Amino acid sequence: MAAGVAAWLPFARAAAIGWMPVANLPMPVAPTNKNKHQDELIILNVSGRRFQTWRNTLDRYPDTLLGSSEKEFFFNEETREYFFDRDPDLFRSILNFYRTGKLHYPRYECISAYDEELAFFGIIPEIISDCCYEEYKDRKRENIERLMDDLEDNKDSKLPNMTFRETMWRAFENPHTSTMALVFYYVTGFFIAISVITNVVETVPCGSMPNQRDIPCGERYTEAFFCMDTACVMIFTVEYLMRLFAAPSRYRFMRSVMSIIDVVAILPYYIGLVMTNNEDVSGAFVTLRVFRVFRIFKFSRHSQGLRILGYTLKSCASELGFLLFSLTMAIIIFATVMFYAEKGSSSSKFTSIPASFWYTIVTMTTLGYGDMVPKTIAGKIFGSICSLSGVLVIALPVPVIVSNFSRIYHQNQRADKRRAQKVQKARLARMRISKSGSSNAFVHSKRNGLNQSLELTLPYYKMKLSPQGSLEEDQQLKKTTSLLESQHHHLLHCLEKTTNHEFVDERLYEQGYLQTALQNFPSQSPSLSSEEGITGTCCSRRTKKNMQPLSATHTHTHNLQELSALHIQCGEQQPLNTSRSSLNLMSDESGSLNCKSSGLVTTAIISIPTPPSNNSRASPDAPPPPNPDAPPLPNPGTDVVKISAL
Amino acid sequence: MSVRWETEGLQTVGIVCLVIMFLKLMHLLGLIDITETDSSDSDLELSTVRHQPEGLEQLQAQTKFTKKELQSLYRGFKNECPSGLVDEETFKTIYSQFFPQGDATTYAHFLFNAFDLDRNGSIRFEDFVIGLSVLLRGSVTEKLNWAFNLYDINKDGYITKEEMLLIMKSIYDMMGRYTYPSVRDEAPSEHVEKFFQKMDRNRDGVVTIEEFIETCQKDENIMNSMQLFENVI
Repeated sequence: MAAGVAAWLPFARAAAIGWMPVANLPMPVAPTNKNKHQDELIILNVSGRRFQTWRNTLDRYPDTLLGSSEKEFFFNEETREYFFDRDPDLFRSILNFYRTGKLHYPRYECISAYDEELAFFGIIPEIISDCCYEEYKDRKRENIERLMDDLEDNKDSKLPNMTFRETMWRAFENPHTSTMALVFYYVTGFFIAISVITNVVETVPCGSMPNQRDIPCGERYTEAFFCMDTACVMIFTVEYLMRLFAAPSRYRFMRSVMSIIDVVAILPYYIGLVMTNNEDVSGAFVTLRVFRVFRIFKFSRHSQGLRILGYTLKSCASELGFLLFSLTMAIIIFATVMFYAEKGSSSSKFTSIPASFWYTIVTMTTLGYGDMVPKTIAGKIFGSICSLSGVLVIALPVPVIVSNFSRIYHQNQRADKRRAQKVQKARLARMRISKSGSSNAFVHSKRNGLNQSLELTLPYYKMKLSPQGSLEEDQQLKKTTSLLESQHHHLLHCLEKTTNHEFVDERLYEQGYLQTALQNFPSQSPSLSSEEGITGTCCSRRTKKNMQPLSATHTHTHNLQELSALHIQCGEQQPLNTSRSSLNLMSDESGSLNCKSSGLVTTAIISIPTPPSNNSRASPDAPPPPNPDAPPLPNPGTDVVKISAL
Repeated sequence: MSVRWETEGLQTVGIVCLVIMFLKLMHLLGLIDITETDSSDSDLELSTVRHQPEGLEQLQAQTKFTKKELQSLYRGFKNECPSGLVDEETFKTIYSQFFPQGDATTYAHFLFNAFDLDRNGSIRFEDFVIGLSVLLRGSVTEKLNWAFNLYDINKDGYITKEEMLLIMKSIYDMMGRYTYPSVRDEAPSEHVEKFFQKMDRNRDGVVTIEEFIETCQKDENIMNSMQLFENVI
């Protein structure tokens, strides 16, 4: 239950008087609060700084250290205060959680210190409120990555039992692992550089032949360049083949970007070898030579910064897309306007709208080549507007990209978007579990028979249990729920009595039956209600053991004495109330899931009214334990036989 | 000729654009003030409505709580509603949290109307405390009166079957779906029938306050349960 709402519990209980005249059954006894001194101030001394708060405030969260009796361990008799030897600054936010119900994460605090404090005081970090949760998660992720980085650095020491292939792969990926790898790394880097320089120098005009035409060096020293090219390509080919051999997953390796770059870098050479003397395709061959420049991308294996740049551009795809889109829009608009503005002037260069595109782009990026200029007044006005807006449009998304790059560069972040999704799901699941705990707590405590002790007809139920069972039962009672919870449960119990229906676990409900003929239910009240505990435990254990729905309903029919028809109709449930509180979210989902799985049986089963002896037979097998994992299965065989004997 | 018109037209358009942009820039900079209708409304909405309760002594006189109890109640109240007023939505949210399996909003609506004595759409602390005082410290007659007031939706002094049906449905709504036995559609109306059989002495189809109090005083269960919440505070 939320914090402040606990303060309204007395109000809700008082308002329950509104149900009393309507109810037909007697109400259960209210739980008494034994310690009357509730409104006292307690002093929490945290490393010398004294915090004071009401005891009520701390009692709002009974499953934390301060809310439970665990704090008594820290009670100092002489000074009559609770002393904690922890950080007082962090304690502020923890105490504020009790006061306001919201846990905030202070930005200036270290994340691991904060986590430790939360763990000490028994507060789960998932309930950090949304205003601070993003920050918390980011910092936590950073921290984890930093730890993982440290771990990986340590892991780089030689692992035993690595095959030759794995060693090679590790050598390729982390050059600093062995000297051989380092040598290889530098050699390939050198040859990449040589290759690129060769490609560049090839086109420089060097020297002039007597026929007055500067020819590029490539054509002058053909053999030399050819030899260089061959050498480089051989090295690259060998490297590629070695990587292909060493890769743990060859298919994945062949699909990766780096290997595609490798292939594209060396392919033109081989294609050139194959089709040397064919005049028609020489044009295409020349085009292929362009791809040799891709060799420069091989440097990205050697440079971390290049890789980060590539990754940044990939991760800023949305900003880049926005930039491109807005630029395109602006270009089209301004080109159209300029075309129509300059249409009238003589010898205008703006011959068509696509021709004006060039002017617009050059103006918006503030290049201003000057090969196309507007001559009319309107053209000049719109041209100036164009250049001003160009500055704005381009300047806006760029800082986003820059900050992205800086963040990635500093964190050296891996692609963990998939991990983030899983974490979000896990967080929601944890919150749901802790929240549904409260809504199911009433049903659970009923199942555990805790509420039975509050029943006005007490002895009948106690007789039913075997002595062993009742001992466990008493121990159950001793493990008390807090006063707040017991009051809340009493309130829900009163509502049950008013409407003459009981709250059940949604799983039970969706195991799938709809009691249509239980109108006689109220007339059986004391005995039947006291058997509810047994029914509940029996069936809950059954559901948890995932037995077929058929046998579960059989057990139900045995334990209930009035039943004329039994339907399993999962598919006909009414649509859910849309105004249900969010606490029910999980239960709805799980409910519908179970419905689909077990809603196939549609036979009508007629049961016989079973004498009470059956119950006593069933009950020794079903002591109501807190954890449903341990108990023995009741004998299903006999139950089934009984039905078929009809 | 048409080309010349086009050029001149575009020229005009260009100049007009420039002038407008210039004016907007001036307005933005605050140098000139183009009177528009927005400005002043937004300020009013920022101020929240706040209410301070009457003094402690006055409340003590009006209710049967001690000073300490009033202090404790006010602390809880103020924590949840810092502005000092509970509106219906907040009330529904708070009340719904106690009944996670069902839908408590309809019943909370009726409850709200029962507490909001002056029908102004919000509960002040005085209303809250006076209501609680009746419920917890009042005599049985006062409590029955309060319950009657709750059931009588239009406050005309009579509980009709329709009113009772609404109330009953809202109570059953609070149970939610996962009940054993499942709530059938006829359950509320059957319950209302039983209620009327018990309460409506002269069979005129409505229950008056006298019939109500008389019947309740004769029913032992009801009288017992009225004393149930004595020690809530």
